[in-house]
Amino acid sequence: MVTLVLPRLLNIAATTRRSASMVERNVATLKWVYWLLLVSGFAEPVLYLFSIGVGVGRLIDGMTLPDGRVVEYAVFVAPAMLASSAMNGALAETTFNFFGKFKYQKLYDGIIATPVRPIEIALGELAWAMVRGSAYSAAFLAVMVAMELTTVGRALVAFPAAVLTGFAFGAAGMALSTFMRSWQDFDLMGSAQFVLFLFSGTFVPAEAYPAVLRWLVEVTPLYRAVHLLRGVCVDGGGWPVLPDVLYLLALTVAGLVVAARRMAGLLYR
Amino acid sequence: MKRFGDFSAVAGIDVAVLPGEAFGFLGPNGAGKSSTMRMIGCISPPSGGELRILGMDPVRDGPAIRARLGVCPQLDNLDPDLTVRENLTTYARYFGVPRRTARERAAELLDFVQLTERADSKVEPLSGGMKRRLTIARALVNEPDIVLLDEPTTGLDPQARHLVWERLFRLKQQGVTLVLTTHYMDEAEQLCDRLVVMDGGRIVAEGSPRALIEQHSTREVVELRFAADSQEAFAEKLDGLGERIEVLPDRILLYVADGDVALAQVEARGLTPAAVLVRRSSLEDVFLHLTGRTLVD
Repeated sequence: MVTLVLPRLLNIAATTRRSASMVERNVATLKWVYWLLLVSGFAEPVLYLFSIGVGVGRLIDGMTLPDGRVVEYAVFVAPAMLASSAMNGALAETTFNFFGKFKYQKLYDGIIATPVRPIEIALGELAWAMVRGSAYSAAFLAVMVAMELTTVGRALVAFPAAVLTGFAFGAAGMALSTFMRSWQDFDLMGSAQFVLFLFSGTFVPAEAYPAVLRWLVEVTPLYRAVHLLRGVCVDGGGWPVLPDVLYLLALTVAGLVVAARRMAGLLYR
Repeated sequence: MKRFGDFSAVAGIDVAVLPGEAFGFLGPNGAGKSSTMRMIGCISPPSGGELRILGMDPVRDGPAIRARLGVCPQLDNLDPDLTVRENLTTYARYFGVPRRTARERAAELLDFVQLTERADSKVEPLSGGMKRRLTIARALVNEPDIVLLDEPTTGLDPQARHLVWERLFRLKQQGVTLVLTTHYMDEAEQLCDRLVVMDGGRIVAEGSPRALIEQHSTREVVELRFAADSQEAFAEKLDGLGERIEVLPDRILLYVADGDVALAQVEARGLTPAAVLVRRSSLEDVFLHLTGRTLVD
């Protein structure tokens, strides 16, 4: 038993250790400019919340939820802003920054000569992206609680859900980045990101769309994340959000596997 | 006895490097040197044949093997976001070296490659020679058993080259196995106990620098320069002198056992070259003889 389990445990320990060394590298590069970046990433969803959730919300008498309850528009919009901020935070790190390090800095070419493997680079970079993404989410949840858009208890449940959202988008973004040929390709991704932001049940419930469109919207990852976070922040979670959690977990694993495979193929020439 | 290598690659090479040895792969560009080095470094899976490094299989035991290798690639891939010192400490962490040890080793290595004064500088403003030295230092942070150096001094000025050679020689004295590629003959003669000459992915000669010269060249070479455009005409008159004669656009090379004797014979034939140089045969003569004078890339 011990001889069977021990190598596997050691392997997990080694993988964790090596992934952590990747995170450590990123910590060493931290400069004050980075903090500015962090502030701008946080400010964006807050500004949306104020301009649309509160501003436009004044013009709307209240949102009727699928179960018939009526809530303030800001209550409806805030969890969606949380989801998209988790998405943007994770993507910024695992697409632009990751691509630059991979293709132009040739950073990973130097690292693969050490015991660190591509999957460990991917895990480390994703974990690092989540440090940033989680900071955004925590700050945004604090704003939501302060504005009485959710309760402290629900915010505490929403935090890990937001982190999961970040992991899913971070992993997917990293996988996509391995297919990018140049910076131009990121324009396409930026557009896709914006379309997701507008139509994932963020500002209008997906139930408002025609059946086909609604079905299409409901399979997109940001819709699942919005559904999950709205479920937690407004209703306190429960079984209805289980499919969302499974979906985001699957996306995380799939993204990581694809990213690691593609990286190995590109690096181990 | 530990066997480090016994493998065939590219078009087919068969080599065994012994512990503590300084082994060189020589060859023109495109000979397959870098591909071979990448395979040994476990970052490029061999497409056929057998490769054993430190007795392990590079495909299965990649991380375990790489833990004991130090790699200095052909192109520096230092971390541009980090300082000189951080490049060493961070790299050490990839190997799982404890932080404290990493800091101590970084300080020793910076001293070893004479970069202590630049420790807190970024990488980008460093000169080519400094970057190269830093890359070599980085290859040593895990105290490797084998150091792989792909063209360690290409593009360096003479001072930097000699400094690198001297450091590599000290490593060799400490018992570290060195495997290097180069197309500098003086580098191979200075550093390598044994080497192979590669061309087109195959090995065309193998042995110590001395043995290769004895085997593939004569002991001495006489270089004769005549008036421009008349080399061919004079070459005919030199027929029969020495073991081999090579006519270049600007000079004639006579491969002979004794240069002074040959020169006397040249003069006896009534020929008076504009300039004469008698020198010992070098690895460069072997190299050019084996791989040709034509530019390959």
